[in-house]
Amino acid sequence: MAAQIYGFIFAMWVLMLIGGGLMIYFVAPISFPSNIDPIITSGTKVFLALLLIFIWVYTLTKVKNWIFSSQIKS
Amino acid sequence: MEEKIIAAIIVSAIAFFSIYAFTPILIKFLEKRNLTVKDVNKKDNVMIPRPGGISIVIGLIASEIALYAFFPISEILAILIVSILGFSVGIVDDRKVMGGWFKPVALAFCAAPILLLGAYDSNLDFPLFGSVSIPSLYLALVVFMIPITGNTINSIDVLNGVASGFTTIASFALAISLFILQNYEIAIACLALAFTSLAFYKYHKFPSRIFPGDSGALVLGATYGVIAIVGHVEVIAAIAILPAIVNSFLFLSSVKKIVEHREIKNPTTHTDDFKLKSTDDKTTPITLVRLIIAKKPLSEKQICNEIFKLTTLSGVLAIITAFMMGVEL
Repeated sequence: MAAQIYGFIFAMWVLMLIGGGLMIYFVAPISFPSNIDPIITSGTKVFLALLLIFIWVYTLTKVKNWIFSSQIKS
Repeated sequence: MEEKIIAAIIVSAIAFFSIYAFTPILIKFLEKRNLTVKDVNKKDNVMIPRPGGISIVIGLIASEIALYAFFPISEILAILIVSILGFSVGIVDDRKVMGGWFKPVALAFCAAPILLLGAYDSNLDFPLFGSVSIPSLYLALVVFMIPITGNTINSIDVLNGVASGFTTIASFALAISLFILQNYEIAIACLALAFTSLAFYKYHKFPSRIFPGDSGALVLGATYGVIAIVGHVEVIAAIAILPAIVNSFLFLSSVKKIVEHREIKNPTTHTDDFKLKSTDDKTTPITLVRLIIAKKPLSEKQICNEIFKLTTLSGVLAIITAFMMGVEL
């Protein structure tokens, strides 16, 4: 079997580790001034987390399409 | 420590031998009642008994009750109840074909005992970077986790022995990770799952003598999911089942909606010597199996071995991640 599929699993693992780091170092510490409703702070964090997931899925979809087309060509 | 070692040995033995002894009886029972389905990847009209989930849930319940006798904690009770509920959802789907949304929604309700027993911690641990407290968001994670793991294991149950073999490798990797993190009680519960699936694999491996059915795949997946939550190893558990997640991801990104697997066109076809090859139909979804055979046709056994190699890789990555949990940058 092509090494690309192993590479795909490995890439997912690395993306999970990086995603965790981004969440903890950049998303979790976000805070707005005390006069702003905490729900807005939470909503912003959820939005950023979902944005990260979207980028993660988009990247993996591109990698998947590349692997499948390269497998068929070879 | 001595008590934990004794518990681990007894629970693992109950899990393994109860299924090892009961499954042949179940096979005869199902054959006698004509509860069989065609094995579509065999040349001849081979009929296989189903559902083997009955055997799996008996082994799991017996071993988890034994574990609860040793350690009467809410986490073990949550594992026990969620396993039974996961099986119940699967057996309904085995008896009557339900719509694509039935399993995810019903499995979401199976997470209720975890919340009611308070058997979770709302901190989400990440390797290298520490943990993050997400009290409200974690409730959503608990509700989503069981449908995700249940359907993920169910969606990879496409060839002889894959679901049970895959769960065996992933559960052993998760059990080792839990031992590394010194979460011994839940590690033993995970060992029970690993030995349950190992014993079932003996009858499910190529050429299968029994199929787990939805009840078998869902009880394995739901139990795996609840262990991940009550053991606080959500990220490690996800890494250990990455090939199945890849399969679900590939499927969903091709189909772009949640459908019952019986409703989709088969992405594989057979060669004259009954190897599996990727179909030329571009409207069929890309799955892990289709990706593996995209280059050249392979036999069912060869594909199973490739999936097990990928699972071993993800299991190793999960164990490495468990070691990384102790390190903070």
